[in-house]
Amino acid sequence: MTAPSTTTTTAPATTSADTVVPVRFDFAAALKDSLKSAAIAFGLSIPILAFKTDQSGGDIFLTPRWGLVAIFVSIIFGVRLLQHAFMATKAYRLATPDPHQATEAVHAEPNAFQKVSRFGIPFFLGIAIGFPFLIYLIQGGMNESRYWVDLGILILTYVMLGWGLNIVVGLAGLLDLGYVAFYAVGAYSYALLSTTFGLSFWICLPVAGILAAFWGIILGFPVLRLRGDYLAIVTLAFGEIVRLVLINWVDLTNGGAGISSIPRATFFGLPFTAGEGGFADFFGIEYHGMQRMIFLYYLILALALLTNFVTMRLRKLPVGRAWEALREDEIACRSLGINTTNTKLTAFAIGAMFGGFAGSFFAVRQGFVSPESFNFLESAIILAIVVLGGMGSQIGVAIGAVVLVGGPEVLRNLGFLTAIFGAGFDPNEYRLLLFGAGMVAMMVWRPRGLISERQPSVFLKERKAISSAHVKEGHG
Amino acid sequence: MRWLQDPILDVQHLTMRFGGLVAINDLSFQAGRGDITALIGPNGAGKTTVFNCITGFYKPTEGMIALRKPDGSHMLLERLPGFSINWKAKVARTFQNIRLFSGMTVLENLLVAQHNSLMIASGFTFLGVLGIGGYRKAESDAIERAKYWLDKIRLTDRADDPAGDLPYGAQRRLEIARAMCTDPLLLCLDEPAAGLNPRESHELNALLLSIRKDHATSILLIEHDMSVVMEISDHVVVLDYGTKISDGSPSEIRSDPRVIAAYLGVADEEVEQVASEIGA
Repeated sequence: MTAPSTTTTTAPATTSADTVVPVRFDFAAALKDSLKSAAIAFGLSIPILAFKTDQSGGDIFLTPRWGLVAIFVSIIFGVRLLQHAFMATKAYRLATPDPHQATEAVHAEPNAFQKVSRFGIPFFLGIAIGFPFLIYLIQGGMNESRYWVDLGILILTYVMLGWGLNIVVGLAGLLDLGYVAFYAVGAYSYALLSTTFGLSFWICLPVAGILAAFWGIILGFPVLRLRGDYLAIVTLAFGEIVRLVLINWVDLTNGGAGISSIPRATFFGLPFTAGEGGFADFFGIEYHGMQRMIFLYYLILALALLTNFVTMRLRKLPVGRAWEALREDEIACRSLGINTTNTKLTAFAIGAMFGGFAGSFFAVRQGFVSPESFNFLESAIILAIVVLGGMGSQIGVAIGAVVLVGGPEVLRNLGFLTAIFGAGFDPNEYRLLLFGAGMVAMMVWRPRGLISERQPSVFLKERKAISSAHVKEGHG
Repeated sequence: MRWLQDPILDVQHLTMRFGGLVAINDLSFQAGRGDITALIGPNGAGKTTVFNCITGFYKPTEGMIALRKPDGSHMLLERLPGFSINWKAKVARTFQNIRLFSGMTVLENLLVAQHNSLMIASGFTFLGVLGIGGYRKAESDAIERAKYWLDKIRLTDRADDPAGDLPYGAQRRLEIARAMCTDPLLLCLDEPAAGLNPRESHELNALLLSIRKDHATSILLIEHDMSVVMEISDHVVVLDYGTKISDGSPSEIRSDPRVIAAYLGVADEEVEQVASEIGA
């Protein structure tokens, strides 16, 4: 009895080399196309822009606005020409990932702009450390830089939250839509412990982290049998439950009114006050309100870097590798003797712990917490930061936070646009529109996030980044 | 008949029902220590279900699966939680459709397999994060062990490539190496030669024989490729429709009429003969 032996041979991986045809910039054609676009824009602008109805008394008469039309048409012409010029450059080819990247494993290598430059990390770290000084120099004064330092603190808070959630979503592949619950637990832990028992921030910070981790485990136990969409829905519900408990348990949390006059953080026991025994007095410098802000800035920077350091460290430890293995294939993990439940719980707990740290920082910065700070939109923004940055990539998440939190703020400062679009133009009103457009652009050009490569945790000969085509997003 | 005298795996009256479907019906067999035991049968005979019961992916409806350790103690696999079957009872497995961690490098795949011992070395992460304790040494030992297996499966050059980038045959070998990194007493291979060309399946035979010789690991395998089964196995168990129809050495199996009937069917005359006997 002999069955015919299988003679199926695996076909050699056909990697047809992409024949890169150098694109020459055809100026005449580009000019022609740009003129065409400008003509269409002109045609469209006649009924829309060229005449404005003005009312004077009972009469309505048309005010021609040919100047505006001219500006509009020339912008279209210029942008189209620049687009053609850019599309002919090498940079464009490098910046355009293959459209297959979202769906297929072949021809989906990350390109130059999806990799982290070797100078990227020192550059960002330098900017982050020197930020208050840079702003001081640019704005030329302490008071003028207040807004910018405040924005820096806000961005770093989200960087930290993004890094915390990255452990759960990016490394372990567990979709968590209720991350803000742990942020809330941290914030309320500090708010309640400090206002009720008078404990200092430095004692409450670890306690808040531990409490948040504890709640992470409480949430983890019942939900970790669920996978994918179901897990996402249950974590979403958990986030809402925490918020509703905070609103309705009035005796403890003071309900929707929130907890106010939370004590400020001190610099190792030195309060940031003007009088005797304060920070300024101790160091013999002049008191300034910005000293506290700059201290808070460096505090959140230190906390964020701690998060990053611990995450990087964990990735090189067996638990971090088990998280990533879990994201890749849970069944194979179980067959290799990995306790998948415990591994998922550690991911939830550690991610929640950093959320708790960030929460207690939030409470100490604001001096006030209320349940409305912890709604679903916050969870969505944090998740968007992780997904936009590139799941699992630390630097990508940091860039994602800068773009998503800092980007809308930039819109406030686009006052010069009123010169083009008229005095009533407020770029801030277009915030969500631009936000949405940016997300759609991301889905088209960067489906796997801004930084879509995975660094191996260990290597034998050389460290080779792994293309996102092989890395799975996780489904559990 | 080593499997009767010194079995490493003793399956007794194993039954697995999925609703009304009886996938395995009262199956009993032994696998000998140091043997290569093959589990064969036509498609749908219940072979993979037996594997899933042994490795804890299914809880059997009835029956007992005992693993005998070298010191003579027993472990009842059907009572252990899924992950303990690998860690406590030392049973490793591979999958019919390869399940590698495709986004991790070849080396990382082999390190994930040594998770539990590394976890202890890193003080359950607490000491490892602080950088104290012997984790660094334990990790370099783990890498040494991974290197040994990489040499054995001839993938040392590709150690830093993602596992998903490897050709099919190499992925099969890597999956076996990954299972071996857990230091198993019993290695369960689900169709290790599927999709391999004759040369590759010949190499696979050599690898499996060397695993048995050098590592005191017994092997239980499901296979359709008879060149593999007949060449290397010491003991063959044949399943059909969830019941055992034959059990013995490869040469006995080869000439067993029930096995031939199960695989090739029976001649028309025999069907007519049986039909006339029962008066149909």
